[in-house]
Formats: sequence, structure tokens, C-alpha cells
Amino acid sequence: MARINVNPTRMELKKLKARLKTAQRGHKLLKDKTDEMVRRFSVIIRETKRLQDEVEAEVVEVMRQFSLARGSMSKKEIELAFSMPSVSLALECTTANVLNLEIPKLHMEEVSGEDLYPYSFAEITSEADYAVAAAGKLVARLLHLAEMEKATSMLADEIEKSKRRVNALEYVMIPDIEETIRYITQKLEENERAGLTRLMKVKSMLEERGS
Amino acid sequence: MKGRMAIIGDGEGVLVFRSVGMDAYSADDARSAAKLLSELAERYQVIFVTDELAKQIEEVIAAYASRAYPIIVPVPSVRGGSGYSAEMLRRQSERALGMDILSRGASGTHSDGDNNAR
Repeated sequence: MARINVNPTRMELKKLKARLKTAQRGHKLLKDKTDEMVRRFSVIIRETKRLQDEVEAEVVEVMRQFSLARGSMSKKEIELAFSMPSVSLALECTTANVLNLEIPKLHMEEVSGEDLYPYSFAEITSEADYAVAAAGKLVARLLHLAEMEKATSMLADEIEKSKRRVNALEYVMIPDIEETIRYITQKLEENERAGLTRLMKVKSMLEERGS
Repeated sequence: MKGRMAIIGDGEGVLVFRSVGMDAYSADDARSAAKLLSELAERYQVIFVTDELAKQIEEVIAAYASRAYPIIVPVPSVRGGSGYSAEMLRRQSERALGMDILSRGASGTHSDGDNNAR
């Protein structure tokens, strides 16, 4: 353990004691915060995992369906059919504060046109209809997944950081301060003893001279 | 804040998401995907990337990890999921908790108790 390099004075001792108090309180608070984050994280990550499995299966399904449609049409025709989307999504992006962490919150309002399908039924195969319908149902959950995944990753990041801080306080800062306080106290006591012995010595010398 | 969505994929598979109000872009390789992503990140709030591409441009994606927006999410492509996003979750779990709580299945409830006790 490294002692902090300060002069062993009463003033420094007082300052260090105040610092120790702050460090200990900070450590306790941070530890509580980390514990709470870990608790929430373990809940949230399971939910994300579940949602991820479900949504990914559906995405694959949609893509497969769509590739069937693509198979029966030329690339140009597909491009054309999907070039003008009839649905526009209004996405409201805000942030929510979870344990002082700004996580994203998405809110979707569908401002749909008259129809989900961006093309006329004459120009495309029915497989594409299924794909588009399935994709339309999927969007809300995809967004929810996006939100959850981001929250999970930000929380993981924050937990890591705050764990590091807790450890730095617990294993470096607090022991250092404690050791320095001990050193200063000892030094001060030593000075006091030295002063006392000096006084006694002087007194005895004076008495000798007087007699 | 109004948000917009985009999807980056390899090939035309992502075109279908155009019909639900996303903007679809395609990138053939990792370099163009990385370039595309850094351009789109300024304009879109939610960006989906098919996971084969996401895996290759991991560092680019990681740069946006600490901000709330844009949200960049790996999704599987036509060829099926490569398990990349599950892998990401597992890594996060290991980083935050020091262990992987997802793949332990049945003993999951037990680890919950551990976390609460600490």
C-alpha cells in the first residue's frame, strides 16, 4: 500500500479524515447502486434473450418468405414494387432515466396510408404479400427488441464501470487514506513523546544545576 | 425527438422492410457497410444490421455503444441467424456479472438468488 505523500501535521490529518469519510460514503453508495444495477440487469437480460429468440425467428421467416417472392420475379420488378412505401412510421424517440443512465425509449405511431402494401396486387406475387404482412406485424416488436438490447448493453457498460470504481475505492483509495492517517497519528504521537522527554530532561538538568 | 429507422443488409432481402416504413440499404462487404453505417448513424435513430455484416464491423458499432441513440441492432439475414446477437448478450452478461447467466438454463433461478444476496 502506498502512503499518500503529505506532511504529518494536524491540519493534514483533519483533511484526510474528512476525505476518508467521503470515500467511505461514496463507496457504500456506489456499491448499492451497482447491486441494484446487477439485479435489474439479470432481469432485463433474460427478457431480452427471450424477445431476441422470438423476434429473430420471425425475421428469418419474413426474409425467407420474401426471398420466395424474389425468386419468382426479376430484381428490377422487386426494386420497383418496393420503391415507394405507403406506410410511414412516426417514431418518437425519448430517453428514460434508469439509475442515472439515459436509456432510449421508443414509441411508435403508425401513420399508415390506406394500405400496407406499397404495390398493386397485379404486379407482384402473393408470396410478397405474406412477407409484407408479417413484416408489418413485426416492426413493433423489432423496435422493442432494439430498445431492450440497447438498455442491456448500456447497463452492462455502466455496471462494469461502476464495479471498477467501487473496487478502486475499496482496495486503493480507502486503504491508502487509512494508512496515511495511521502514519500521521503515529508521527504526531512520536513528536509529542519526544517533546515530553525533552522537557523532562531539561527539567532534570535544571534541577541538577540548581542543587 | 422524431426518429427514423434504417436497415442495412447484404443483398435485397432487406427490401421487404421498406414496406413497413424503414429505409433499406444494401452493402456488399464490410468496408462499404462500415462507411454506410457511419453515414446513417447521423440521420437515423434505429439501425438494423444483418448479423454477418454486424460481426465484421463490430468496432464501428461499438463506437456508438455508449450513447442512447442511434440504436444499432443485429438481425438475422435470409440465411438464418448466425447466433451473433445471442453471443453479444452472452458477452455482456459476462462483462457485467462476471459470468454467463443465460446458457446455464435450469440453474438460472439459483444465480438470481446469488445476485440478490450480494
